[in-house]
Amino acid sequence: MSRATGTRLQRGLLLAATATVAAGSLSGCFTERQNEGAKLYATHCASCHGDQGQGLQRLIPPVAASDYVAQRRADLPCLIRKGMKGPLVVNGIGYNQVMPGHEDLTDSQITNLLNFLQTNWGNRNQTYTIREVSDLLGRCNGSDGQ
Amino acid sequence: MPLRFTTSRAVLASLLMAGSLLAACSPDSATTATQPERLPVLGLKHNAPTSPADTLPDPVPAFRLTNQQGQVITNQTFAGKVYVTDFFFATCPSICPKMQSELLRVYKQFEGNPNVLFLSHTIDPAHDSIPVLRDYAERLGVRDASRWHFATASHDTIFALAKAYMTAAQVDKTVQGGFAHSGAFALIDSQRRIRGVYDGMEKAQVDQLIQDLPLLLKEEQLETAPATK
Repeated sequence: MSRATGTRLQRGLLLAATATVAAGSLSGCFTERQNEGAKLYATHCASCHGDQGQGLQRLIPPVAASDYVAQRRADLPCLIRKGMKGPLVVNGIGYNQVMPGHEDLTDSQITNLLNFLQTNWGNRNQTYTIREVSDLLGRCNGSDGQ
Repeated sequence: MPLRFTTSRAVLASLLMAGSLLAACSPDSATTATQPERLPVLGLKHNAPTSPADTLPDPVPAFRLTNQQGQVITNQTFAGKVYVTDFFFATCPSICPKMQSELLRVYKQFEGNPNVLFLSHTIDPAHDSIPVLRDYAERLGVRDASRWHFATASHDTIFALAKAYMTAAQVDKTVQGGFAHSGAFALIDSQRRIRGVYDGMEKAQVDQLIQDLPLLLKEEQLETAPATK
């Protein structure tokens, strides 16, 4: 094999590799993370807050049509990251339970989850950018920068 | 892996149930009309019996618990009744809310029938004091403690009972909340026998429980009828 053929072959391989990587990352953008917020809700939240965000009686507050979700917008990223404990009032009803934190979610996953909640089930609130969520998470040292 | 045990139990339960359903599909319509469909008795020993007694399932052992009103409850509390039981804890962040909302669905279906009782055991007695249990019950919407008991006892007692009811509960610091437990509901008859085990996290299985309860109630009624004559 001549040296020229070898280089051409290498270049071809490199191109193919680049194309594969590009295709892989593109499919990552367009398919895997579609409806990520809804999927994350189903995995991490639905067992307590209900499959429609309805909550559970006076034990678990609703996240659907919730005044807390609207009014405490800036606190929600840290609430998801660190969890919470103690009394709170949602839609005029007092609750007192423990919510676990979620160190396993990235900043962008928390963004998608919150944007799903802020725009569904009777909530019509402003959405977040990932940057904003990372900034808000900074308040509780909860940003992972991703 | 809090749900690992549930699946095998559920498979066993559904196999047994499927068996009883097949038995009911007898072509002889006269037989099916006179012989009411019966739920299986679970907990039969797997080893070959060496005496007739060996084939009998172990009944739910004697227990003594305290409910959300501070009242002592024993097997006698459930005498002549059927009941559904599960294991939970008040601060459980994983499967309990879903489980208890499913059990609440069963409770609402049979709210008017005093022969159906409910018994939820806390597996975290250190935290779930009587006031905590009472608050939990009230928040869930259960006002009548004589219909749905939220009970506590020592850890050993609770874990031994979980085993007897064919559900799993144990301390596990690796899971959220610190306890591993299955979301199983067990259905117990008036003779302290387990007549069904259902995965409380699966709507379809809870629907099955709602369908099975009237069958058991009918059987209980038929068995007690001659004695009352």
